[in-house]
Amino acid sequence: MKRYDVAIVGGGHNGLVCAAYLARAGKQVVVLERRERVGGAAMSEEVFPGFRFSVFSYVVSLLRPEIIRELDLPRHGLHILPLESTLTPLQEGGKAGEYLAQWNDHDQNRRELARHSPRDAEAYDEFGMELHQMARLIKPILAVAPPDPASLHPRELLDLARLARMFRNIEKRKFNALWRLLTMSSAEYLDAWFESEALKATKSASGIIGTMLGPRSPGTAYVLLHHYMGELDGVFRAWGFAKGGNGSVSAAIAAAALGFGAEIRTSAPVHEIAVKGGRAKAAVLEGGEEVEADIVVSGADPRRTFLGLVGEKHLPGEFVDSIRRFKFRGSSAKVNLALGELPDFTCLPGRGPHLRGAISISPSIAYLERAYDDAKYGEISRRPYMDIVIPSMLDPAMAPPGKHVMSVFVQYAPYHVNGGWTDARREALGDAVVDTIAGYAPNIKSAIVHRQVVTPADIERVVGLSEGNIFQGELSLQQMFFLRPAPAWARYRTPIDGLWQCGSGTHPGGGVMGASGRNAAVAILGGRA
Amino acid sequence: MLKTTPFHERTSALCASHAWRRWAGYVVASSYELSHEREYHCIRAAAALFDVSPLYKYLIRGRDAARLLDRVVTRDVARSQAGQVLYTPWCDAAGKVLDDGTVARLDEASFRMTSAEPSLRWLEANSIGLDLTVQDISESTAALSLQGPQSLAVLKALGDIPPLKYFRLARTQLRGIPVDVSRTGYTGDLGFELWVESAHALALWDALMEVGRDYGLQAAGMLALDVARIEAGLMLIDVDYVPAKKALIESQTSSPYELDLAWAVNLEKEQFVGKQALAAEKARGPAWQFVGIEIGYPGLERLYADVGLATRLPQAAWRTSVPIYSGAEQAGYATSGGWSPLLKKYIALAHLRSRWARPGTELDIEITVEHRRKRAAARVVKKPFFDPERKRA
Repeated sequence: MKRYDVAIVGGGHNGLVCAAYLARAGKQVVVLERRERVGGAAMSEEVFPGFRFSVFSYVVSLLRPEIIRELDLPRHGLHILPLESTLTPLQEGGKAGEYLAQWNDHDQNRRELARHSPRDAEAYDEFGMELHQMARLIKPILAVAPPDPASLHPRELLDLARLARMFRNIEKRKFNALWRLLTMSSAEYLDAWFESEALKATKSASGIIGTMLGPRSPGTAYVLLHHYMGELDGVFRAWGFAKGGNGSVSAAIAAAALGFGAEIRTSAPVHEIAVKGGRAKAAVLEGGEEVEADIVVSGADPRRTFLGLVGEKHLPGEFVDSIRRFKFRGSSAKVNLALGELPDFTCLPGRGPHLRGAISISPSIAYLERAYDDAKYGEISRRPYMDIVIPSMLDPAMAPPGKHVMSVFVQYAPYHVNGGWTDARREALGDAVVDTIAGYAPNIKSAIVHRQVVTPADIERVVGLSEGNIFQGELSLQQMFFLRPAPAWARYRTPIDGLWQCGSGTHPGGGVMGASGRNAAVAILGGRA
Repeated sequence: MLKTTPFHERTSALCASHAWRRWAGYVVASSYELSHEREYHCIRAAAALFDVSPLYKYLIRGRDAARLLDRVVTRDVARSQAGQVLYTPWCDAAGKVLDDGTVARLDEASFRMTSAEPSLRWLEANSIGLDLTVQDISESTAALSLQGPQSLAVLKALGDIPPLKYFRLARTQLRGIPVDVSRTGYTGDLGFELWVESAHALALWDALMEVGRDYGLQAAGMLALDVARIEAGLMLIDVDYVPAKKALIESQTSSPYELDLAWAVNLEKEQFVGKQALAAEKARGPAWQFVGIEIGYPGLERLYADVGLATRLPQAAWRTSVPIYSGAEQAGYATSGGWSPLLKKYIALAHLRSRWARPGTELDIEITVEHRRKRAAARVVKKPFFDPERKRA
């Protein structure tokens, strides 16, 4: 029986990143993936003949540039196509011109914003500057294992001192801005900058994605910053749509891992992480096969890892308690549409460049907050927030010639929906989404050739993300940094010797970012992540 | 007044950026959109259409046509087959490159040659005693380059395209318009060049753009092309090398060996301009080599972090001479470079003295960070930087 240095549970993008780095360092690594394909939630599938969907996650926004470089992902087929604009229709049935667009080109963008508010057009640059500065302050934190402020371990003290130095050097003015960002709601933060409702709402949306919070919930401003991190890399442009869909991201990372000598086993569902004498010994597959390894790394989320695969009996009570209270509360759904023709928006008719960017259904902060109100009480938003992209506009190979795929990210669709998720409720969600889109682009209904609706319950069932939370645990302040996933266990280690975590349920978490996988590998190799 | 190409009526209507540049006395679009970025990505992910009409084009016909070309260019034209296209440089008697272009064998006794510089005089000077005619068809023939993974699908939507191997050519009809289609280009991707009588130029453009819509076809300009050709490791006259006729001093000239074109020099041929000099150079080995350079990202990042800035990368390809060092010695110079949006690498084409030209050699390249000259670590790498299977498949 072959014995490995490292067995990685779950072939999601973080598991694959971790495998690639460990294999690169000469470790014998095996990745064990439950499904017949790798990628986890970053996967593409031909759901309807000729139409390829990024079924779950659908854009590359935060994939760490150092991972792209160090694993040479472009050589393994990763091609990120920029999404250049965001269109926000102002209201359902809006007449031509009733939209707000954000364009890549500075002059074009300024002219468009000034159409709504000359003040916003001016504030836009300053706003961008402030977020740029803040992102630069925060960015170094992404690439380190978060030190535990309560620990007296010399290495953690050293890391803490490094961090303290970093923060001491921040000018007072910047520190104040950062503090505001860390504590405010995104709505409040944006109110200080802009007056156009559609602009504020569209910007605030990135503060609520994946969380069970509304734009007026405190702490959402930070999430906005988290999403802004990708912008830092400027012309490096790690932000966009992966040619071939997000499955290409996973495929490229898997190819890199294989190139470094890692093994990848699909259809190899791990049933249990065997623990003997407080030490992880093996990953046990359904069917009983034990894959023995010196180190087991779990890419599954904290709940599945500890309460499922390991089992409470092996863990300290306090730790189990924190994991139990780690919040998931999946709040988003996906509707993937195969289209016979492009949608025609009444606010901006025709097939212009706006169809190559994002289309955001976020006319006002109140609209988003109302969508959240429904969800707070266990209902699907009657008028949901939506982030729409049409990948086939950038990569025609996603659909047959002249036809298109449309990806609709929908929020809020709470995991804990009243009465639970059923087939009927799934279709009702699909209808609500299509009806809402039809309010802006009336031809959508007749254009639909096929519809795929993915609820949080589907995400949990298919990908294994608890409660369908796309970030493996809510990205809210009380669950970030040295608290992710549990106090004292944020440095990828666990209370079980030889068991590590590498999923986005660890710092920094969230998005197709890969940082958790990389940081975990660095920590396992004994370096300073 | 600058000349306009046969496609100008269409290209000018599309040129939202108003960014034009000169090419051989013509105006062509630098980019159509406000930024060239998307045009670039269309080359690699969909399809892009370039107006390359400013190329000089010559029709060489007659019993001795092959013989003339074999006297002039460095590759073996006599042995080429009808329907084959050769990329080739040609040299002066000292074996220094005058120009580079393509020779397409249309049939047994007729060829179409393309060049960057006017070449009629040079061709005629070498035709003495030969039975042939040289016709300058630069203005009467319009040319388009259709490049990208969807380019073949676009052509197939317009007409019958016989299976074409890399660097092969066929005469066909696209929506009834007679067109020569060659599987060639300047992007290092799957792609075709279309040669058409100028009178049919607009009709061909319209047909391509109409069917191309379903395949993501985008009109693209020289800025996008420049990025793609650097990724493909393809040199550009007047930028990466000085044609021998324009060189003021000998050190400005380059031989094919110094331009990484040894594969395109056939010394077995009976006689051609520059043969003796080239044979001698081959024997002693070239003093310079033309290589790919990759500028390390971590080094760049450090240089910018030192002054408190996020890493800056060039937004478009540059075309200036930049010194490259090995320790205190200057090892050579880069002549064009830029950020590859696809490879996520900062790449450049460079001339290096042969002792430093081996792939893997660690060097430094000059870079200006906040007004100060710095050096960033760079490494010699194999060209082309990007070489997808679909290019030849």
